Amino acid sequence: MSEHHHKETFVTKYIFSQDHKMISKQFLVTGIIMGVIGVFMSMLFRLQIAWPERSFSIIEAFLGHHQTDGVMDPDMYLALVTIHGTIMVFFVLTAGLSGTFSNLLIPLQIGARDMASGFMNMISYWLFFISSVVMVISLFVEAGPASAGWTIYPPLSALPQAIPGSGLGMTLWLVSMAIFVASSLIGSLNYIVTILNLRTKGMKMTRLPLTMWAFFITAIIGVVSFPVLLSAALLLIFDRSFGTSFYLSDIFISGEVLHYQGGSPVLFEHLFWFLGHPEVYIVLLPALGITSEVIATNSRKPIFGYRAMVGSIMAIAFLSTIVWGHHMFISGMNPFLGSVFTFTTLLIAIPSAVKAFNYITTLWKGNLQMNPAMLFSIGLVSTFITGGLTGIVLGDSALDINVHDTYFVVAHFHLVMGVSAIYGMYAGIYHWFPKMYGRMMDKTLGYWHFWITAIAAYGVFFPMHFIGLAGLPRRYYSNTAFPLFEDLADVNIVITLFAILGGLAQIIFLINFFLSIYRGKKATQNPWNSTTLEWTTPVEAIHGNWPGKIPSVERWAYDYSKPGYEEDFVPQNVPLKEGEEES
Amino acid sequence: MLALFYIFIAVAVGLGIWQLNRLSSYKQVILNNDKGEPVNAIAKSEENPVATEKDNDIHGKFFLIFLIGFYLLMTYCLFFMNDIMLPESASIEGENDDNLFLITFILIGVVQFATQFLLFYFSFKYRGINNRKALFYADSHKLELIWTTIPTIVLTALIGYGLYTWNDVMDLSDSENPLVIEVYAQQFNWQARYAGADNTLGRGNVRNIKGINTIGIDMTDANSADDIPVRELHLPKGRKIVFKFRSQDVLHSAYMPHFRAQMNCVPGMVTEFGFTPKFTTQEMRVQEETVRKVNGINKLRKAKGEDPYEFEYLLLCNKICGASHYNMQMKIVVEEEADFYSWLKQQKTITELVN
Repeated sequence: MSEHHHKETFVTKYIFSQDHKMISKQFLVTGIIMGVIGVFMSMLFRLQIAWPERSFSIIEAFLGHHQTDGVMDPDMYLALVTIHGTIMVFFVLTAGLSGTFSNLLIPLQIGARDMASGFMNMISYWLFFISSVVMVISLFVEAGPASAGWTIYPPLSALPQAIPGSGLGMTLWLVSMAIFVASSLIGSLNYIVTILNLRTKGMKMTRLPLTMWAFFITAIIGVVSFPVLLSAALLLIFDRSFGTSFYLSDIFISGEVLHYQGGSPVLFEHLFWFLGHPEVYIVLLPALGITSEVIATNSRKPIFGYRAMVGSIMAIAFLSTIVWGHHMFISGMNPFLGSVFTFTTLLIAIPSAVKAFNYITTLWKGNLQMNPAMLFSIGLVSTFITGGLTGIVLGDSALDINVHDTYFVVAHFHLVMGVSAIYGMYAGIYHWFPKMYGRMMDKTLGYWHFWITAIAAYGVFFPMHFIGLAGLPRRYYSNTAFPLFEDLADVNIVITLFAILGGLAQIIFLINFFLSIYRGKKATQNPWNSTTLEWTTPVEAIHGNWPGKIPSVERWAYDYSKPGYEEDFVPQNVPLKEGEEES
Repeated sequence: MLALFYIFIAVAVGLGIWQLNRLSSYKQVILNNDKGEPVNAIAKSEENPVATEKDNDIHGKFFLIFLIGFYLLMTYCLFFMNDIMLPESASIEGENDDNLFLITFILIGVVQFATQFLLFYFSFKYRGINNRKALFYADSHKLELIWTTIPTIVLTALIGYGLYTWNDVMDLSDSENPLVIEVYAQQFNWQARYAGADNTLGRGNVRNIKGINTIGIDMTDANSADDIPVRELHLPKGRKIVFKFRSQDVLHSAYMPHFRAQMNCVPGMVTEFGFTPKFTTQEMRVQEETVRKVNGINKLRKAKGEDPYEFEYLLLCNKICGASHYNMQMKIVVEEEADFYSWLKQQKTITELVN
């Protein structure tokens, strides 16, 4: 293979690279930069929630004309929560997570030289990059960035008269997301095609590591649901710019009646959540896939119930496309539909429970190696359970009535998809960093990063459930307008302090990550004694991945501590012994 | 709780500084190794980048400590934050909701305590020390059958009760002689309209908004004449109320937390919700849980030198609607039916207002 290689210039190697490993690093670094922006925004609005009237020089320094004497304007508060949500969900946890690890691991774990189409892969990254740039530019628009919530429900998102952020800021948001969808689709198609067609000899679908299953199914959900977001956004652009009435009807604002007639915002909600809910699993499934791999490797045990795990991923993926209505129980849609969506929603708890129990059983009687990646994976299982269980409250339409759009919801989804997916992403970074950069990240800093983050995450999101149960609505600029909520102020201060602590802990990670790229200890070929194919490639990554022939696969990915072997792991390319049974 | 947190922060900051010191000690390592040659590594050269038995031991134990801390946090939130929770449902329909909530919470609470215990205890117990050998245990259909079946059964029961409650709340077709009230949302305040003597609301559309007719009542509709627009919501105790919601500009959500009631207000369509108030405002004020919550609030207000707060039912906006979303509210007064009607009689009908 290597004889075909052209000489790489700086531009083809680092910028317009078609090598999946370089593209994965590009996704990761872009995702980290967007993550820093997104998390920093949450620090700013948490300050406002905890100390509504207080002036902060940091707010004065960063928010320009969107603040008065260090107190942010209400419109800017809404803009910050909107962009925080958008960036974290799409740019960090979709592109940053899936983009990074699908690109890095798919060819390496299935035994392929590269993605099916390196060119499309490159396009996918550069579209993501452009969409990130447009999103960041939208922050500097005179009237402020999009501020109708990350769900951008019209009419609020359609009418600049209703909120200033719905002017140019929202236009840029929509443009950015349209480009993002294109990037995501191109990427996903590539992942699907690669997994289906480029598996090495012996890599049957039933021998795929669970990461591969997770990325494969995630890509399928993405292809099914992302186009719907694009059409929702297009129709919104039509309503905003060309005077159509898809979502708008009977509106009186700023003293005049608008011409719109016959549309319905509920249509937008349907279209948005048809992507929006599967999106939760687009974010979560890759994190769960990474966790499966990391937990099995570091428990020195096979993942428990491989088939059930694959089945659960499929069941979750299927169900995720028919539950979107649980975001709309009180939207005014027919209550009968609410019943149907309650039913399908609560069914998701079953495959989720199977996954959680299987992780726990994998730990049982293991020989747990407490690497930073392992700590984050255990943390993920914990937050996934905590956040998942409150989903049983929210998925039940009757209970949703009273907690809908309160902080209970905020706590729920941050734990189950936000924190869990971030943990999965960190686990992946700590675990595969040696494969990306040929060096190891510092273990001790990793430990500090995990423990402070774990404490801060529960410190922020666990008490948050209870202020939600006390009736506190989300997206309130200030809670001082209601004496009813005055006794929640202390809890909000505690939450903000924990949030700042958690935010600062990420600096440890950033230092560790960027220093280790240049200064980390040189990695060995298979530092975690793992069984999967990526650890058979040389430490110094090469174009085409393997210097000689691609190894063929002889067994499943989880032969850890298999009886009859000296070592506690048997790589996938080691042939079965005579009379040995494959698990 | 706050004091505890400050201590915690102090400890964390201290540890952080210590760690930063450690970072700077790497500098030495980066510059020179034992032989005085420059080395290119941030880790001390003898440090193993992969977890050692010592690491496994320490972090396994940390997971046990973390579990205990997490249990304390959960216990505190579940049992000691009760004073700030909403009092019992002030509507008859909300009772089922409260029951269902209690059942669900007990259930998920038990599962939460049990599974978190297993997770962290296993992380501690099976930490890789003393050359532990892992057990090759890849599958057990029996176990998997158990944890597929049990959640299925439990969830089926929950779904059943949930759907019963949902239908009970949402089905307004069987309510006899309900009082019909329109709740009208606009950036950033609420208005309401009573249907008057005929108990039928006249048609409404934003195109009819003119002068004092701020909610667009269609004056050509015969049912409109006796409609009564108001800015404060009064409800009679014990009578089923059917709310019709409208919005004139963007989405709003009419949230009445004490009644366990919420419905979006959607421009271009009319949405509905119904409930029967159970306690008058006066009764609610002397209700035990309310008293406890109000006392707590008033203690804080006194410390800040503010006037004491008296309990009121509220209608809040709970769907992001713009700059003053956080302050879009309307007072609700629940009173005995006689008091309600004498109040309603004092209000002017739209016909009286327009002429």
